[in-house]
Amino acid sequence: MNLTLYVWRQEDRNDKGRLVQYEARDISRDVSFLEMLDIVNEGLVKKGDDPISFDSDCREGICGMCGQVVNGVAHGPRKKTTVCQLHMRHFKDGDTLYIEPFRARAFPVIKDLIVDRTAMEKIIESGGYISVHTGGVPDGNAVLIAKRDADAAMDAAECIGCGACIAACPNGSAMLFTAAKVSHLAMLPQGRIEAGSRVCVMTEEMLKQGFGNCSNHYECEAVCPKGIKVRFIAKLYREFIKAKGNL
Amino acid sequence: MMAVTGQFMILYVIAHVLGNYTIFAGAINAYAEGLRHWPYTIILWSSRTLLLISVFLHTWYGIILKLENRKAKPETYALTRYRSASLAGRTMVWSGLLIALFLIFHLLHFTFQVIEPGIAATAHPDALGRPDVLTMVVGSFQRAGIAALYVVGVLGLGLHLYHGIESSIQTEGLNNDRTLPVVVRTGMAISVVLFLMYAAIPVSILMGILK
Ligand code: HEM
Ligand code: FES
Repeated sequence: MNLTLYVWRQEDRNDKGRLVQYEARDISRDVSFLEMLDIVNEGLVKKGDDPISFDSDCREGICGMCGQVVNGVAHGPRKKTTVCQLHMRHFKDGDTLYIEPFRARAFPVIKDLIVDRTAMEKIIESGGYISVHTGGVPDGNAVLIAKRDADAAMDAAECIGCGACIAACPNGSAMLFTAAKVSHLAMLPQGRIEAGSRVCVMTEEMLKQGFGNCSNHYECEAVCPKGIKVRFIAKLYREFIKAKGNL
Repeated sequence: MMAVTGQFMILYVIAHVLGNYTIFAGAINAYAEGLRHWPYTIILWSSRTLLLISVFLHTWYGIILKLENRKAKPETYALTRYRSASLAGRTMVWSGLLIALFLIFHLLHFTFQVIEPGIAATAHPDALGRPDVLTMVVGSFQRAGIAALYVVGVLGLGLHLYHGIESSIQTEGLNNDRTLPVVVRTGMAISVVLFLMYAAIPVSILMGILK
């Protein structure tokens, strides 16, 4: 199949950046979106041009490294799919694709489609851990956790930290990401201990890093490649109210 | 803060529309008179005070929130596709500010009664010596311009609450997966009903159904 691409090209943080048109020729329906970009890049390198820079690592949809906005939707049109796992068969021959980096004030562009997501690390550093000694791997069923809580904690833990929620949010808010981390730890006994202080410092850090506030549009849930639900944002609010009530 | 002040105002607008419906029963003058007497006057003045505080806090934080959020997303995409964000949700400040403008007009109109002094209710009591609210309201809404202004004002309210009711419940953490869609739909339904109920007053007067 043949496609017309408009790709965001930006030299470095200070460059203004612009969309540049490329033609992708003879692309197999079975390659992934990133492989399609690899093919385009091979052509660019052969011509002596600067290839398009983009992030990726596992290409299995589990590491959270990749991420671009394709035709206005973070990770492209397919639900619950990272852009590395998005196959070209989901597009039509002759399609025009706009490919842009994840945008938010907290995500400065480093080059082309690569953005600096350090701000997300800062949120984790502020409180996304537990500081109790958990010892070695406990014996099965030594620590009893209700099935419901275990399932919910696993659902929240599925977050791969790619930043699509932030890219999709009209307010550039990192609420879904933060909520997934807060909820995941708060639902397990080892994490419960620090739940109150954690929710406070993590939300504070989120705002400090320049992320916006949540106004409940739920764009984040719609693009999340792991299907993280906004119920965790409600959970974050509950934890927050509980923590403030205890002060 | 947005959620709590918003919800208080929702309670008020619900009570307010129910009160206004005494006009269909021809009893609005009695209702208005009743509100000025013990013990209802306590309810009237405490809700007015809380309301005034709510409006200020809500508007103040709403605008700050909008400015912060705009700063957090300085650039938009060449192509933007919303997957779930509604128009109502994205225009909360604008529908909010429309309500604010409308509110000012509404207060000058029916509370301070300076827009149409000729039919001001307090200055022109009815046969029983009560402020003649009925004549004032009916007289006003027989003018298409005023009726249209009110419909636009309450349309702003409807839009605001179309997103606001659901949003405030989520902000208070009262949802889960199962209840969220129900809350969303209930919020939309309440906002539509409120809009229709409010709009029905000027419309029915304009059409001559209510005299
Ligand atoms: C006076 C003019 C008003 C302005 C400027 C205003 C502004 C706003 C803004 C900007 C938001 C969105 C906050 C966000 O994006 O997260 C909002 C939310 C809301 N507003 Fe208003 N508003 C006004 C009047 C009202 C009135 C009269 C009511 C109720 C009858 C109301 C009920 C709500 C509710 C329930 C929310 C949702 C709160 C939440 O998400 O937690 N507002 N308002
Ligand atoms: S490259 Fe690892 S999730 Fe896409």
